[in-house]
Amino acid sequence: MGKTLVEKIWDAHVVKSQEGFPDILYIDTHLIHEVTSPQAFDGLRKRGLSVFRPQQTVATADHNVPTLNQHLPIQEELSRYQVDMLTKNTKEFGIELYGLGHPYQGIVHVIGPELGITLPGKTMVCGDSHTSTHGAFGAIAFGIGTSQVEQVFATQCLLQQKPKTMKIEVNGELGKGVGAKDIILYVISKITAAGGTGYFVEFAGSAIRSLSMEGRMTVCNMSIEMGARGGLIAPDQTTFDYIYGREFAPQGEKWDEALTYWQTLYSDEDAQFDEVLVFDAADIQPMITYGTNPGMGIGVTEHIPTTASQPESEQPSYKKALDYMGFHDGEKVLDKPVDYVFIGSCTNSRIEDLRQVAAFVQGKQKAENVEVWIVPGSKQVEAQAKKEGIDKIFEEAGFMLREPGCSACLGMNEDKIPAGKYCVSTSNRNFEGRQGPNARTMLVSPLTAAAAAITGKVVDVRELLSES
Amino acid sequence: MKKFEKLTSRVVPLPIENIDTDQIIPARFLKATTREGFGDNLFRDWRFDSDNQPKADFVMNDPTYSGKILVAGKNFGCGSSREHAAWAIQDYGFDVVISSFFADIFKGNALNNGVLPITVPDAFLEKIFETVFANPNAGLTVDLEAQTVTINDTGDNFEFEINAYKKSCLINGYDDIDFILSHKAEIEEFERTRPFSFYR
Repeated sequence: MGKTLVEKIWDAHVVKSQEGFPDILYIDTHLIHEVTSPQAFDGLRKRGLSVFRPQQTVATADHNVPTLNQHLPIQEELSRYQVDMLTKNTKEFGIELYGLGHPYQGIVHVIGPELGITLPGKTMVCGDSHTSTHGAFGAIAFGIGTSQVEQVFATQCLLQQKPKTMKIEVNGELGKGVGAKDIILYVISKITAAGGTGYFVEFAGSAIRSLSMEGRMTVCNMSIEMGARGGLIAPDQTTFDYIYGREFAPQGEKWDEALTYWQTLYSDEDAQFDEVLVFDAADIQPMITYGTNPGMGIGVTEHIPTTASQPESEQPSYKKALDYMGFHDGEKVLDKPVDYVFIGSCTNSRIEDLRQVAAFVQGKQKAENVEVWIVPGSKQVEAQAKKEGIDKIFEEAGFMLREPGCSACLGMNEDKIPAGKYCVSTSNRNFEGRQGPNARTMLVSPLTAAAAAITGKVVDVRELLSES
Repeated sequence: MKKFEKLTSRVVPLPIENIDTDQIIPARFLKATTREGFGDNLFRDWRFDSDNQPKADFVMNDPTYSGKILVAGKNFGCGSSREHAAWAIQDYGFDVVISSFFADIFKGNALNNGVLPITVPDAFLEKIFETVFANPNAGLTVDLEAQTVTINDTGDNFEFEINAYKKSCLINGYDDIDFILSHKAEIEEFERTRPFSFYR
């Protein structure tokens, strides 16, 4: 019997497998950031250990950095201390740091791919659940806790149970104004925020194949929002073209050797998945969330499901979510006024996202009632946007182009949405208080976010596209 | 790591589903660089209002309920991988969390810190809630060796599953690093013999 892609990569990384124990899985690349690493470095010190393979570890500062005036010392004391600790720890343990001020600094899941660190067939981990993003290249990539960060520091390995595998096929052609973000919000709305728990998900089908690498990253990024540990897509020519020539990608003979291997990375015809789900791209319209978990999503023209239509045991939690959002059973989200638009996060802050938004807003002005924050995923994205004149388009539209970081996706720095305000956001989580205490988040694609910025309300972007 | 064997305790019931780690410990409290003290901000925005006053209607502010066992609705611990969620739960004083479904990463983080996550069927979870709401002094007994959780008032019990390796870690108080370090020679051998030179 053939193997799934996950099995192929997994089996190539098992150091030891013994009955009654989890596998000892070798980790090729360990990405770290300032928030989930300090306690792990402390743990090493307490045990008198060094970092086993510092050259396979890469650090950046992203979660807790300001997105304005990054050239100045960080104002907030605790944040400054945390970022300083990362500098101190990486120096002490010999780890490369792309910190504030470095031209490679940025959101950890944006810089890995753009630097050619993320490669097909790798195992990659990071103390961040959106590590699943890197699966877009055909890698096994997943988020870990801080105790596991310490494990990887100490041994370059993790103890892991081999996961179950799920295939999600999306076939057919996407409609106008519908993109990668809509695909993943649609899938999560169908299978719920827990529907993928225990699985590694392989995304396949013609609609997935048609996506750019940026789009594939958006899809894999949100695998965790259906509970899946990771998501991945078999590498193909799109993948190889993206990687070729990047800073740390293999070159020369090593490139040829790599390519030969990477071309074997797909699920065999007769491979058995534990679960297979199939969706039709034609059923997907621009999506938006109305509740407080990413599974609470609908097509932008649809009505919010009623509490009574939910399973009885789930009704109290469902009602609590609608109350939090200030929404009612059965109403439309369309035309709801918006206070903030946030375009950023490891889900949608890449150059392609910014280009798409810029192309839509060029020559237009933001609505008066909306504040618009654009937070590029990395210094490289920011530099590229400036090179292409995208910064000017945003400026003329009245958008604020900030500096790279996780920003209002999780509201850990000062970029918070005020209580009670509605934020249409390209990020990945609409949890209560995620973007600031009592902030109300609606997750959308960059295109739908751009449309909300221009109109000041939730709109069906397809109608605006047909006008132009 | 702290050892875990057996526990009899009252219960704090939280019958809400999809409790994500942003609720357990909001991101703005993740700035600390040690593992201690997160319990003060456990369920911060449900426990306290914007003036930092306790919200009377939240169960942890209700003196009727207390104990070392937290019982919550399904899909507990979804979202962010922050281990601070497990630290906050432990720091506040919970040794066990019971739900009908746990998110993967939270479950692993809890086990790595000596907090026991127990998955029970929906009906058993309902039974615990019913019993505790009828009698807030009702207790549960968790026996890790026997892998059982018992509702002491009714005698109902459930035999829960736990990975044999993780069980022995909890009972003996040792962690994964101790285990993997004992295989260091094999790790080095793996590195020496793997075929792909282009990953380095």
